[in-house]
Amino acid sequence: MEHYTMNLTLKIWRQPNTQSPGRFETYPVSNISSEMSFLEMIDVLNEQLIKDGKEPVAFDHDCREGICGMCSMYINGRPHGPWQNNTTCQLHMRAYQDGDTITIEPWRANSFPVIKDLMVDRSAFDRIIQAGGYISVNTGSAVDANAIAVEKDNADAAFAAAACIGCGACVAACKNSSAMLFVSAKVSHLALLPQGSPERKSRAVNMVAQMDKEGFGACTNTGACEAVCPKGISIENIARLNREYMMAGLSAD
Amino acid sequence: MKWSEIFTSSVGKKWVMGLTGIFLVLFLLVHVGLNACIWAMDNGVMFNKAAHFMGSNAVPRILEIGLFAGFLLHMIQGWTLEWQNRSKRKQGYAVPMGNKGSKWYSRSMGILGTLLFLFLVMHINHFWVPSRITGLEPVIIDGKEHHNLYREMLTVFQGNLTVVILYTLGCVSLFWHLLHGFQSAFRTLGVTNPRYLSLIDKTGAGFSLLVCGAFALMPISMYLGWIN
Repeated sequence: MEHYTMNLTLKIWRQPNTQSPGRFETYPVSNISSEMSFLEMIDVLNEQLIKDGKEPVAFDHDCREGICGMCSMYINGRPHGPWQNNTTCQLHMRAYQDGDTITIEPWRANSFPVIKDLMVDRSAFDRIIQAGGYISVNTGSAVDANAIAVEKDNADAAFAAAACIGCGACVAACKNSSAMLFVSAKVSHLALLPQGSPERKSRAVNMVAQMDKEGFGACTNTGACEAVCPKGISIENIARLNREYMMAGLSAD
Repeated sequence: MKWSEIFTSSVGKKWVMGLTGIFLVLFLLVHVGLNACIWAMDNGVMFNKAAHFMGSNAVPRILEIGLFAGFLLHMIQGWTLEWQNRSKRKQGYAVPMGNKGSKWYSRSMGILGTLLFLFLVMHINHFWVPSRITGLEPVIIDGKEHHNLYREMLTVFQGNLTVVILYTLGCVSLFWHLLHGFQSAFRTLGVTNPRYLSLIDKTGAGFSLLVCGAFALMPISMYLGWIN
């Protein structure tokens, strides 16, 4: 694709901290290369703001290669911007044209309070993982990879679920701010493997209990989470979590 | 783990919605089947006999109690979930996602359900109350006295365009509610097999169209005088 430059208008949510109210600020940015990533474009804006003696826009980012799950912008009404199966850091400016206005908001959910500007606190996800998103094993030398037979279909489904990077786009997109896609991906990833099977009941029950405690909503199967997931996690996992949870609930002491 | 813990969790609440939803879907199947007897073109004899069976036999009468309980549970749980889910995002988005990731009717189950509740109040008032409480004019079929529910239908629908339009709108709301609700209930109950899900999706769409279409045609065919 031919390279071009563009001038853009950015409407960005600015909020000094969790307690203070926020508001939108409008910033023009010029000479943005179509080959820049979206975050590089924000870097350009921040350099300009610093040069002007203003506070730069705070935003989460880390690997900038689509695997860490840190970037979290809600761009023009869609988490991670307009592209499918894509993170904000992998969104490139060729998605936009000269003269476009881009509105950038933080993830919105009571369970993801804004820390500053576009950064939100996603530690609720960490606490859900701590509640059961692991396998209790004694450490020791690694077992031979082929020692335990795993059915290919289950291995593939577990692998697909394990691709979840915990970015929280599912919560941001869901009308109920439900974290079910995230939790179901973590539960499925382990429940489908023999190593995760011994703790499958307590895992499903404890992770759902923690999810509810953190204040996420219930799932109504609208599919918005799946549509925006940068890793293409299927809502089939949610159905699996529903089953895992109820089987655990009905058979637990 | 206590029973209350299971059914008050977010997943447990959805199970209640799914189970009651499937129960109500089965009720719709019975209801549309019996009501279709109006098209027997026998001046309502078959329909009145079917209605008499439903009103006099112990099994449907006991199931009727379950039906009211199912309706109440589905409605109260539905409204509670809607209210709870809406409260999870105090600060909304300036640019809403709209239809970018989901269908409008899947996001509108609360409002569609509320419209169905309003329809149900009118519907119960039109037919269930006179049939079970205030009484209907009798008709003799095979030497036995029956309620003439067929006559009541004709009275309600013939020459009353507003009621026919309201019933049609009720059926339209039911169509959209079922189009999402049918398949969603099975997903909530844990069906993950793609072959079954594909079957459920198609059955749900067909069921919504056929059942709601048949229900809508009942007042319309009476209003237009296709049956008399």
